[in-house]
Amino acid sequence: MAKKKGETIVTVYPAWCKGCGICVNFCPGKVLEFDEHGKAYVARMEECIGCGFCELHCPDFAISVVAKDKKDNKNNSEHKDEGKN
Amino acid sequence: MARKPKRKELFALGNEAVVEGALLAGCSFFAGYPITPSTEIAEGMAAKLPQLEEGVFVQMEDEIASLGAVIGASLAGRKAMTATSGPGFSLMQEHIGYACMAEVPLVIVNVMRGGPSTGLPTNPAQGDVQQARWGTHGDHPIIVLSASDVQECLHMTIAAFNFAEKYRTPVILLLDEVTAHTREKIVLPRPEELTIINRTIPTMPPEWYVPYEETMRGVPPMPPLGSGYRYHVTGLTHDEHGYPTSKANEISALMHRLFRKIDQFFYDIQLVEEVETEDAEVVVVAYGCVARSAKLAITQARESGCKAGLLVLKTLFPFPRTYVEKLARQCKKVIVPEMNMGQISREVKRVNNGLSRVVTINRVDGQIITPGEILKKIYKD
Amino acid sequence: MVETTKLIHEYLRHSKKFPHVYCPGCGHGIVLGSIIRSVHHLGLSKDEVVLIAGIGCSGRMAVYVDFNTIHTTHGRALTFATGVKLANPKLKVIVVMGDGDALSIGGNHFIHAARRNIGVTALVLNNNIYGMTGGQSSSTTPENSYSTTTPYGHLERDFDVVNLALGCGANFVSRTTALHAQLMDKLLTKAIENPGFNVVEVLTPCFTQYGRKNKFKNVVEMYSWYRKNTIKVEKYKELPEEKRAGKIPIGVFSDKQEPGFEEKYGQLREKLRSKK
Repeated sequence: MAKKKGETIVTVYPAWCKGCGICVNFCPGKVLEFDEHGKAYVARMEECIGCGFCELHCPDFAISVVAKDKKDNKNNSEHKDEGKN
Repeated sequence: MARKPKRKELFALGNEAVVEGALLAGCSFFAGYPITPSTEIAEGMAAKLPQLEEGVFVQMEDEIASLGAVIGASLAGRKAMTATSGPGFSLMQEHIGYACMAEVPLVIVNVMRGGPSTGLPTNPAQGDVQQARWGTHGDHPIIVLSASDVQECLHMTIAAFNFAEKYRTPVILLLDEVTAHTREKIVLPRPEELTIINRTIPTMPPEWYVPYEETMRGVPPMPPLGSGYRYHVTGLTHDEHGYPTSKANEISALMHRLFRKIDQFFYDIQLVEEVETEDAEVVVVAYGCVARSAKLAITQARESGCKAGLLVLKTLFPFPRTYVEKLARQCKKVIVPEMNMGQISREVKRVNNGLSRVVTINRVDGQIITPGEILKKIYKD
Repeated sequence: MVETTKLIHEYLRHSKKFPHVYCPGCGHGIVLGSIIRSVHHLGLSKDEVVLIAGIGCSGRMAVYVDFNTIHTTHGRALTFATGVKLANPKLKVIVVMGDGDALSIGGNHFIHAARRNIGVTALVLNNNIYGMTGGQSSSTTPENSYSTTTPYGHLERDFDVVNLALGCGANFVSRTTALHAQLMDKLLTKAIENPGFNVVEVLTPCFTQYGRKNKFKNVVEMYSWYRKNTIKVEKYKELPEEKRAGKIPIGVFSDKQEPGFEEKYGQLREKLRSKK
């Protein structure tokens, strides 16, 4: 896991978020907050240290944390995967 | 000319004949809990199953667990069974319902003893007939068989497995203490003489498999766990994919299919034996050990010139209504002797519906009904 | 970096509706994630995993994941599992039960499965309450706490799942909480791999039915309570007796590799057949 700030991209899928607040309250960098609908959103992406706590502890599989460079690679490799299948 | 090998003969208890029948039928899994008077079945299985390549015997902590393990084993592809008696059979009721709902083939042998409650552990009775039909909660179809002598214990056990596998349903074989503990000569059929039915397994690619699909036959193919056909098994009312549902149309489709798959094969399932019924004016309808008393009674009645016949019920449920109705139309009197307060006579009366007179003989004192008692009713107007 | 959530999505049944049925903040979803990660980590195929669940909130888990899944009767999941494992020892059998499921109605099966050492993984999701039926007290509801059937406080004592499992001889006995997902992954991975009967107790908060009645303001507070009151078992053992009160040890309590019942039965079969 990346330990430096700003090397990760956190995504919340609002459709699956139930607004329980685990990620918002336990994130060591206070990256996440509640929006006006009571769902989590990424308020301070740059503070994320990539510990992955929110991802592991989201009971609804509604958060993903990926490394920035991985994200780029992933976009490329997705097409390759399709070819394989 | 090559002579066929001689059939093996055994001097066996009814319970031991069940073991032989189960093994011939391909049973490779038994889970049970000791209870009189069924225990010899468990003991026989404990000795024989580990000698088979994949045989498993396990003594569970109670009868609930026993049937749970049997369901698990059947889902994993085994032909599986358990054996018990009254109190244990009561404990199994919830899982019988599960097996009906999830359509899990399995066989339960219930050696009936006197009840209710602990009752008469070592005396015979036939008090579990309606419990076998309706014991588990909710509307459900079920197949209940019986046997009246030791040789029949073997054959009806095979029939029980065949029906279970063919229709994906629990099948209950009701024996009584007398039949289970009578020791007599039986002949083991050669394997090639038997028809053994195995469940249909799906052959389509897994992604096309719909586990509880509506089909003409009403019996969906059933894959063993781990064979690539991943699906959800549940006791909840489910849709054809096996997922829980509360939609009225899906509930109705499931319930009607469950009943239809048994109902439409009624003629395949109703097994009876007719003895001297062609011209009978008095017909005895009996099952289990009472059928043997009845056999002697009608022989004696015939000797004295009375036109008596016997209908032995081997299938108790679905109730063999066509045979009973035919005979009720033909005779003046139907006699139903049974070792309970009138559990099959209730069914007979329902089918008879005023066609002839129905006379019952009921004993609940732990004693068998004698030929003399039946004979007396045959002669009596 | 493992793309955890994307991985989990691959194992979920895409025909099922998400988000799942659990209340906001319920730990059951975290456990489901952990099961999936552990199976993936072990390199098991979906076909060789059988997930067996009982009745109650935990019982609803099975339907969501694309393994062979069986939703059994209340308290009897371990009996089904015993049948499955004995019938086909190659399958990896994971049993998910709640506290009422595993220890009240299913208590007898739990102790005997442990004694028999049948080769399955028993996950006990302990939320101290009957959630699905509306918050009645269970056999792990702490003394003096409130539920709909103990409106004046609970007078009975509660089970300690770990000590119970140890007493019954389970091979692997462990405890974690829904807040300790990494530990949960570690324990589950170990439990699925280990022979014999393996217990993982997961303390998981039920705010809807338990927390609200017992002075918790929200589900997050319940997670914070876990953080505050749990302690690694190694450290717990070093504590003097008087400081142990109120502390819940988490980690591994027993780690034996005795062969499972199905394995011993297989050996018996071989022995009998070689004699012939």
